[in-house]
Amino acid sequence: MQGYNDGMSRPFWSNGPSPGQFYNFTGGDRSASQGFGPQNNFGAQRSSQPITTGTSVVGIKFDGGVMIAADALVSYGSVARFQDVKRVFKVNDQAILGTGGDFADFQSIQRSINDKMIDDICHDDTISLKPKSLYNWLTRILNNRRNKFEPLWLDMVVGGIENGEPFLGHVDLRGRSYEDDIIATGFGKHLALPIIREQIVEGRPFTQEEATNLIKKSMEVLFYRDCRALSRYYVAVCTAAGANVSEVQKVNQNWEVATVVRGYS
Amino acid sequence: MFRNQYDSDVTVWSPQGRLHQVEYAMEAVKLGSATVGLKNKDYAVLVALKRASSELSSHQKKIIPIDDHIGISISGITADARVLSRWLRSECLSYKYLYDNNFPVSRLITNLGNKMQVTTQRYDRRPYGVGLLVAGYDDQGPHIYQVVPSANFFNCKAMSIGSRSQSSRTYLERHLNEFHNCTKDELICHGIQAIRGSLPAEDLEPKEGQPSLLNICVAIVGKNTPLTILSDEENIFYVNMAKSKGPGAAPAAEEPSASGSDPDDDTPPPPNDPQVAVATMEH
Repeated sequence: MQGYNDGMSRPFWSNGPSPGQFYNFTGGDRSASQGFGPQNNFGAQRSSQPITTGTSVVGIKFDGGVMIAADALVSYGSVARFQDVKRVFKVNDQAILGTGGDFADFQSIQRSINDKMIDDICHDDTISLKPKSLYNWLTRILNNRRNKFEPLWLDMVVGGIENGEPFLGHVDLRGRSYEDDIIATGFGKHLALPIIREQIVEGRPFTQEEATNLIKKSMEVLFYRDCRALSRYYVAVCTAAGANVSEVQKVNQNWEVATVVRGYS
Repeated sequence: MFRNQYDSDVTVWSPQGRLHQVEYAMEAVKLGSATVGLKNKDYAVLVALKRASSELSSHQKKIIPIDDHIGISISGITADARVLSRWLRSECLSYKYLYDNNFPVSRLITNLGNKMQVTTQRYDRRPYGVGLLVAGYDDQGPHIYQVVPSANFFNCKAMSIGSRSQSSRTYLERHLNEFHNCTKDELICHGIQAIRGSLPAEDLEPKEGQPSLLNICVAIVGKNTPLTILSDEENIFYVNMAKSKGPGAAPAAEEPSASGSDPDDDTPPPPNDPQVAVATMEH
């Protein structure tokens, strides 16, 4: 019998599976009989970790308003990658927002929020998104994404003035949420909250000045003790008069003690 | 039977630039029993006249609660109103789920208008044959909106729709300046007095063995007041209070435009309609 060299006659069943086997589709030469499972590239990869991240956010209610602070760093792993990023925002005259966690995820949320603000303006009916509504909306969005096993890796603090009263709430990547007079995320939970709580005077809220100083102190301690923190931070303040984000603030640094620390040269 | 050549489809224009099907739907609103809406600075009130379609039947539902802060009263095709109210309810519910807040009335009505407009522009749909008075309360204060089948909506201080509602409207216009600063009780009484005008005079007087046919439904919504439909006892209380305040609106006289005249009546077509030499069908 001649070889198949005439270009005309070919085996009738080429590249097909052996009888009783499955056809092997393009994209790999493994046979289908290897079975399914994670090791066999079955299903889709979900976002299981944040990539570019912001660290702690600290929020405090005070007499007649609320302020939220976060440092200016967005890290790439342990690299201090982006060093002048605002992580606190004015949403509208009555709502502010601070964000930690995956910054790209935040930017996608920020687009939706901006669209909402534009919608509000286009309606031209003086109705604008209230902080509690924003807070609830974020809860729904984040929880919905976590139900798809594709969470937006965020740790956010929402603040503002709702019907004349200060509002402060926290929403995280699972859509869990709570309101409080003082809120901190990430390392701030361990480092900033105790510092602020010590200064609470029973029966009255903080004044704006006290709150500003407590934020300053918190950011200072966080800078010293949190390896993903930076010495520059921004503060968003919302009162009945409106909302605004401050100029960049600097923490007081004192490294005189460094000479006493053993192990450094 | 066609009224004229240009009403075969909603999307067909008459040469004078009218959509006859939409105008027929507007007529349907005038067939329902009258309803009145009015507001002061803190409250919005709806008053509706309940009529039974026959002596054996119970009366139809005229006021439909939408949410804690919104209620509608209807005139026209009740089935269409139920479709609209179901939609309004689900919109309010979705809004509450997303934003933990009440749907601002003006935005809800804008959305409703957009939804209703679609039916006036598609050949495979028909306009909703129902008019609505929407009473609502939100951060902007109390609202009365009138929504009509042509998908227009009007932000009103006071309004009445339905059969013989012209005399109610006359009453409302005459007393318009009193509403803003009046009390809640006075506002309800104004509403009742306004709606009295849409009943024929003989129906207002109690016949022997029968109560007055002034059978009403009242809803109120406002500051710190979720939408409430008043009980029969409260209705009697307010009807008596309204009676003691004066005669109210004059009962309806002959009113050719708004009374329930059959739109299929053999009225001559508007003079400007060009007469075409093609016969319209007559079954």
